[in-house]
Amino acid sequence: MTMFAPTRTSFDLPPSVSTNVASYDWMYNFIWWFSMIFWVVITVVMVYWAFKYKRKAGDKRIPTGHYPVLETAWTVLPVFFIIWLFHAGFTDYLKNAMAADDAMEVRVTGQKWLWTFTYPNGRSEPNHLTVPVGKQVKFIISAQDVLHSFYLPEARIKKDAVPGMYTMLSFTPTVLGDTPVYCAEYCGAPEGNAAPALEGAPLGGHSAMMAWVHVVPQADFDKMMAEGPKRPDGLTEAQWGSKLYKDNACMTCHSVDGSKATGPTWKGMFGQPVALNGSLSGGMDSAVVDENYVRESILKPNAKVVAGFSPVMPPYTLSDKQIDALIAYMKTLK
Amino acid sequence: MGAAVTTAPGHHDGEHADPAGSYLENTHSLFKTHKGVLGWVGTLDHKRIGVMYLVAVLTAFLLGGVLALLVRAELFTPGRTIMDAKTYNQIFTLHGVVMVFLVIIPSVPAALGNFVLPIMLGARDVAFPKLNLASFYIYVLGAVFAVYSMIKGSVDTGWTFYTPYSTTTNQAVIAMVLGAFTMGFSSILTGVNFLVTIHKMRAQGQSWGRLPLFIWGMYATAVMQILATPVLAITLLLLIAERTLDIGIFDPHKGGDPVLFQHFFWFYSHPAVYIMIVPGMAIVNELIATFSHRSIMGYKAVAMSSLALALLGFLVWGHHMFTSGQSEFANTIFSALTFLVAIPSGVKIFNWVATLYKSSVSMASPMLYAFAFIFQFTVGGLTGLFLATLATDIHLHDTYFVVAHFHYVMVGGTIFGFIGGVHYWWPKMTGKLYNETTAKVAFWLAFAGYNTTFLSQFVMGSRGMPRRYYDYLPEFQIFHQVSTIGAFVLALGLFIMAGMFLKSLRSGAKSPRNPWNSAGYEWQTATPPPLSNFVEPPVFARGPYDYHLASDEELASD
Repeated sequence: MTMFAPTRTSFDLPPSVSTNVASYDWMYNFIWWFSMIFWVVITVVMVYWAFKYKRKAGDKRIPTGHYPVLETAWTVLPVFFIIWLFHAGFTDYLKNAMAADDAMEVRVTGQKWLWTFTYPNGRSEPNHLTVPVGKQVKFIISAQDVLHSFYLPEARIKKDAVPGMYTMLSFTPTVLGDTPVYCAEYCGAPEGNAAPALEGAPLGGHSAMMAWVHVVPQADFDKMMAEGPKRPDGLTEAQWGSKLYKDNACMTCHSVDGSKATGPTWKGMFGQPVALNGSLSGGMDSAVVDENYVRESILKPNAKVVAGFSPVMPPYTLSDKQIDALIAYMKTLK
Repeated sequence: MGAAVTTAPGHHDGEHADPAGSYLENTHSLFKTHKGVLGWVGTLDHKRIGVMYLVAVLTAFLLGGVLALLVRAELFTPGRTIMDAKTYNQIFTLHGVVMVFLVIIPSVPAALGNFVLPIMLGARDVAFPKLNLASFYIYVLGAVFAVYSMIKGSVDTGWTFYTPYSTTTNQAVIAMVLGAFTMGFSSILTGVNFLVTIHKMRAQGQSWGRLPLFIWGMYATAVMQILATPVLAITLLLLIAERTLDIGIFDPHKGGDPVLFQHFFWFYSHPAVYIMIVPGMAIVNELIATFSHRSIMGYKAVAMSSLALALLGFLVWGHHMFTSGQSEFANTIFSALTFLVAIPSGVKIFNWVATLYKSSVSMASPMLYAFAFIFQFTVGGLTGLFLATLATDIHLHDTYFVVAHFHYVMVGGTIFGFIGGVHYWWPKMTGKLYNETTAKVAFWLAFAGYNTTFLSQFVMGSRGMPRRYYDYLPEFQIFHQVSTIGAFVLALGLFIMAGMFLKSLRSGAKSPRNPWNSAGYEWQTATPPPLSNFVEPPVFARGPYDYHLASDEELASD
């Protein structure tokens, strides 16, 4: 396995974290230099002739000549160049459009405004993906609500997340450390400037839809998978729930201070009866917000819809322990 | 009168319309009078209609420009600078819609084309003067829909209206989409009018081989307008049907396919890119010929390259969708076809530059815009190589690199060409001269500001800054700040230019017949032109660029 230094090698391009980047960057730089030389030559010739043949009194008006060889040359020769460039770009592109049979499959789901990653063993996590170094990862990508686009600039790859269909992309990380994921397809913004789901991400919905890929040694990855999601050291159950509330972007739609948003506030909600929208909730007009209600509302959000709100929440895949932590947190919001 | 030159039948000639008098004082009108406002709003004269379009387009340009400055101001610092995220999304959407549909698409064909096309052909008017006026009012109606949706607020879909976002967001989308739908008809009708005029109303001696290259550009544009715009209309109607009738066409939750919308949308909007750039190129031909005093090298190749672009424009829409989830096979085909665009674009650039060799170059202000066009369009074209190449596009797609690329084509190309054309034909339209020194100062400010704005966007794009972001990581700040400063310098240049033109209208010196000493047909009649364009039906005995055949008298200012 080749290890590239995760440093910036070009003013124009981000650092490199995967196997495909070297040939990508070579092609980018090749086109860059070709373009620069072409542009400078055209500009210099144009400016030079403009000054050299500046209009003077008594200029003769000579008809423009015919140069069939020159004209044919600049029409035909570029054809060979573009055929070569097309082919080079096409073959390089296929590297990330295919995956080996033993690649690790990761489900990527985009929704307003977070990414959810699901590992082969069914475990899923918002906005953080951990992968072993040197192992090919095959992303199976889709979206819950509107279009998003899964973009890893340091791996030079991108694919739209489309509701109702799967897209795929692969890459093989070579550098230990963290690399960012952005959303590259416009997907709107929340009311006001709500805090992003990921700490330290920019504001604004579409621009806030950032995630991290953590590249770790295989042994660390195996250990993490064996342990499963667990309460971080030093946090109480309710504090973990509070962290999950932020990480899963619950706070984009549910306030904890009683203020109105896309979904009902959690303040004082637990243990109380709520009025339901009967026509959307199978004829039920009210329910009590207990443990079972919360669990169902996370896993099947549109089974019961609180009166006055729209059935817009996507289902969340959380483990039992995580749901327990969220319930513990809700109980503290009096 | 040549058999091909006909009068427009079925209109009033006004009380005292004098075909030999200036079009500014005489007109054919739907109304009995040709005086004052009624003589403008009811006019059937292509020149007055062109001027009305120009006023409308420049007003929209001011609006779109202010919106652009608001976007750039918000991006000056990370986090909130002057507005929140939802407002920002509405502002960049309106900037795109206004600039594409209200400014760039009608700028050259409908405003300048309307004015000069019949004169260049030696015709008295376009083939269908009433249809011409109707297409202006359809444009105005479409603009009203667009402005209504602005006042009603909350269109935040981006100018591309991608589904399913656009089918789930605010209802004002319907008004905005109806606006784009309506303006599409204006575009189609202008295209039909020009096509018939070019085929049927050329003056005696005006063979296809002598057609000014501007007309060839208008011809290619008209073909695209007629064939592509209906697809936009269909797409937008389907979008409205989905929203109002709840039919699942694009929304996957109703059984539709969001990628299908992108196919439909780009099947129009890629030709639309050529509807925008080919007219800019068409103007550059006229500027280079006039200010280098010779025929454009490779006339036939340049004329045919416009038609080639019109044809290729229909075959490459999928290159907007390399990351969309369309099949790898489709990506491959569209990448290969996209590369072909390089050939006719290269042919034009090579021929323009080669024309200068051993010519007689005048560096008047319109020519500066032609040079800027070549300089900037070359950047736009070359950065297209990165985006046509599949591997490199995947990284750059939907980043600021793409934003910079299409601004280099549409602003650095079309808008600079359009402004060059406004300078060039200003004396023809108004009968007044403008201050050349001020024009050059405005040019250099606009040129420097423009390139500062968008060169830095290439760098932040290739470094991974996605487009349509309200906020960004601190590492991108320096590039955003350079870009914002550039945008305000560009705006300063344009404001100086606007002041210069207003001053020219108020107190500019009277223009001679041929202030640029051009051999072009439109300069061989009076300035400003008479109502009938030529007092006597013209017979063209030489090509529009045959400077070696033009007499000293024809090239003299007066």
